[in-house]
Amino acid sequence: MAIFIDKDTRIIVQGFTGKIGTFHAQEMIDYGSNVVGGITPGKGGQTHLERPVFNTVKEAVEQAGAEASIVFVPPAYAADSIMEAAEAGIKYCVSITDGIPTQDMMKVKIFLSKFPKDKRMVLTGPNCAGTISPGKSMLGIMPGHIYMPGNVGIVGRSGTLGYEAADQMKRLGIGVSTSVGIGGDPINGSSHRDILEKFEQDPETKVVMMIGEIGGPQEVEAGMFAKQHMSKPVVAYIAGLTAPKGRRMGHAGAIISSSGESAAEKVEMLKELGVTIAPTPAAMGETVAKVLAKL
Amino acid sequence: MDIHEYQAKQLLSEYGVKIAAGGLAYSPEDAVQRSREIGGHVWVVKAQIHSGARGKAGGIKVCKTHDEISEAAEALLGKRLVTHQTGPAGKQCLRLYVEAGTDIAKELYFSLLIDRAQERIVMVGSAQGGMEIEELAENNPEAIKKIYIEPAVGLQDFQAREMAFALGLNADLVPQAVKLIQGCYRAMRDLDANMVEINPLVITGHDELIALDAKMGFDDNALFRRQKISELRDKTQEDPREMAAADRGLSYVGLDGDIGCMINGAGLAMATMDMIKLAGGEPANFLDVGGGASAERTEKAFRMVLADKNVKAMLVNIFAGINRCDWIAEGVVQAVQKIDMKVPLIVRLSGTNVEEGRKIIEDSGLPIITADTLAEAAEKAVQARNEVVAQAQG
Repeated sequence: MAIFIDKDTRIIVQGFTGKIGTFHAQEMIDYGSNVVGGITPGKGGQTHLERPVFNTVKEAVEQAGAEASIVFVPPAYAADSIMEAAEAGIKYCVSITDGIPTQDMMKVKIFLSKFPKDKRMVLTGPNCAGTISPGKSMLGIMPGHIYMPGNVGIVGRSGTLGYEAADQMKRLGIGVSTSVGIGGDPINGSSHRDILEKFEQDPETKVVMMIGEIGGPQEVEAGMFAKQHMSKPVVAYIAGLTAPKGRRMGHAGAIISSSGESAAEKVEMLKELGVTIAPTPAAMGETVAKVLAKL
Repeated sequence: MDIHEYQAKQLLSEYGVKIAAGGLAYSPEDAVQRSREIGGHVWVVKAQIHSGARGKAGGIKVCKTHDEISEAAEALLGKRLVTHQTGPAGKQCLRLYVEAGTDIAKELYFSLLIDRAQERIVMVGSAQGGMEIEELAENNPEAIKKIYIEPAVGLQDFQAREMAFALGLNADLVPQAVKLIQGCYRAMRDLDANMVEINPLVITGHDELIALDAKMGFDDNALFRRQKISELRDKTQEDPREMAAADRGLSYVGLDGDIGCMINGAGLAMATMDMIKLAGGEPANFLDVGGGASAERTEKAFRMVLADKNVKAMLVNIFAGINRCDWIAEGVVQAVQKIDMKVPLIVRLSGTNVEEGRKIIEDSGLPIITADTLAEAAEKAVQARNEVVAQAQG
C-alpha cells in the first residue's frame, strides 16, 4: 500500500447523513474508496447511500470492521468525534472540519498520546482536504481525477495548493503515491515530520514534495528529520513570501508571530538542511521532475 | 480576537489578578469624573487601542491635576495612534482608561502563550520587564524563563512558584505571585484565550504585585462558546475591509501593493501572491473565496477587491476541485458584466471542467486576459499593471 490507505481500507464517515458528509461520502464511493458505513448518533440502524448507519464508532468497528474514518462533524463537536474514533480502535482518521478551537486540539493530542504506540490512532487534519492514494482510495474532499498514480509523496497544509502541485506533476507525467493534507491549523494531528517518516518507510514513494507555509516551526523540524533520517530526497515550497508579520493569512495557523516563522527564513533553514527548494509555486512540478531524473 | 487593556484587566481581576483602581472614559468630563472616583493625587490616562507600545506613541499620559486629565483626554480622544503594531494608518482612540498612579519599585514580564511546537500552554517570565519580549529574546535570551504546562492536569503550584522565583521575587511575594499566575492560567483556559500578557507586571513600593498593563487575545474558533468574550469585540479597532469580508464569509487581508487578487484556498492564495512578487509586482490583498465560489460570492469578492482604489489590475486564480471551472467562469462573467471594471482582469482557471470554463470566458466577448499556468497568470497581471501605470503617466 502507499501510506495510510489502500483499496481495501474499510472507511466510515463521521457526520455521514449531513449534507456535506453525504456529498463527499458519495464522491469517495464513486472514486472507489471502500466506504463501509457511517456514524450519525441517533440514526443507527438506518441505511444511507446503501450503507449502514451506526450510532457509535465502536459499533462500526465491531460490526463493519471499520479501520479508517473521516470527520465532517461541525467544529463544536469535532474533537469529541475524533476522540471517539481513537477510543473505538480506528487506526487512521482524517478530520476535514475547519474551525476546531485550539484548546480542543490540545486535548485531542493528549488523549491520543495516552494510547500505547501500536494502538494509537493516527490523525491528520483538521482543516485539511484529506488523503488520497491515487487509483486506490480517497479519504478526503479533493478532486480525485487530478491525481495520477505514481511514486511522489505529497504532504501539505493547503488543499488547493496541493491540487496545484499534483496538477503540475501530472502535466509532466509524474504521479503520486499518496497525498496527505495536514491542515492549516496551529495544532494538527500529524506534522510534516510525522508524514515524512511514513513516506520514508513506504516502498512506493521515491521523492517527497512538502508544501509548507508561514507560521509555526513544523517545516524546519521536518527538514531536520529529513537530513538525519531520510534516504529519499525532499522537495519543499513555502508559501507566504509577501505575508506581513502578525497578520493571519486565511489559515488559523498561517501567521508569523516569532522569528523563524517567515517564508524566507524557513526556506533558508531548509536549504541548509539539504532540502531542495522549489523556487516558485509554479516550479513545484519541474523541481520534482529534476530530482526524480537524478535518482 | 483582541480586546482592550481595560477589558483584559476586568476579566483577569475576576480571576484574582490585582490591578490598580481605574475606570473607563469616553470624554474629558468622564475622565475627570473617573479620577475623582479613584481618588489620590496621580492618575494615568491610557488610550485604549488594540496595540502594544502605546507609551512610545504618546498614548499614555501621567497627570497630577484634573486639568491635566482633561487636557490629556482631549488630546487623545479621536486621535489615531501609530505604533509598530498598528501599521502606518494607526488605530483610532475612542476610549480612555483612567487609572490610579502606581508607585513602581520593579517591573517584570509575564505571559502565557500557546506553544505550537510543544502543543501546550507555555508560561514565559522575565525579571526584566517593561521591554517587549521580542526585544528581550533577541538581546538577552538567558533572562527569559519558560515553563510548559501539561494540558491534562493543568498548571501546578510548584510550577507557579518556580516562575515566581525565576522572576526574582522574594519569599514574601511568592504566594501573591502564585495566585496571580494561577489566575491568569485559569482565565486563559476557561475563556479560550490564546495569550495573556502582563507587561509590565510590577512590584509596588508597598510590596504588592499588580498587573500594570494587560493584553489578552482569543481563539476566534472558540468564540461560539464564549458569548461574554464575543461581546467585547470592538469593531472600531479592526480594518473595515477585513471586517466586511469576514461578515460575507470571505477571508481578506489588505496589503500595500496594487495587484488585486481573488483566489480559492489560503495556501494557493499565498502562493499566487508570491508568484506576483516574483514576477515583479506587489499584491494589493490576500483574498480566499473558499470552496463554494458561487456567482454571488464571486461578485462580492470582486467588489471587495476593487473597493481598494490602489488596485491597478486584478488577478483571479481558481483551482476548481469539487467546484467546476464552468460555474466559476459564469460567475466571473456575471460579475464583470454587473460591475463597471476599470482595471484589466486576468483569469486563470484550472482543475475540473477547465476547457468549458475557458470557453465561457472567451465567448463572453469581455476584455478578460486569460492564462494557462500560475506563472503566466502572474506575469500577465504584472504586465497589465505596468501598462496601466505607464498610460497614467502618459
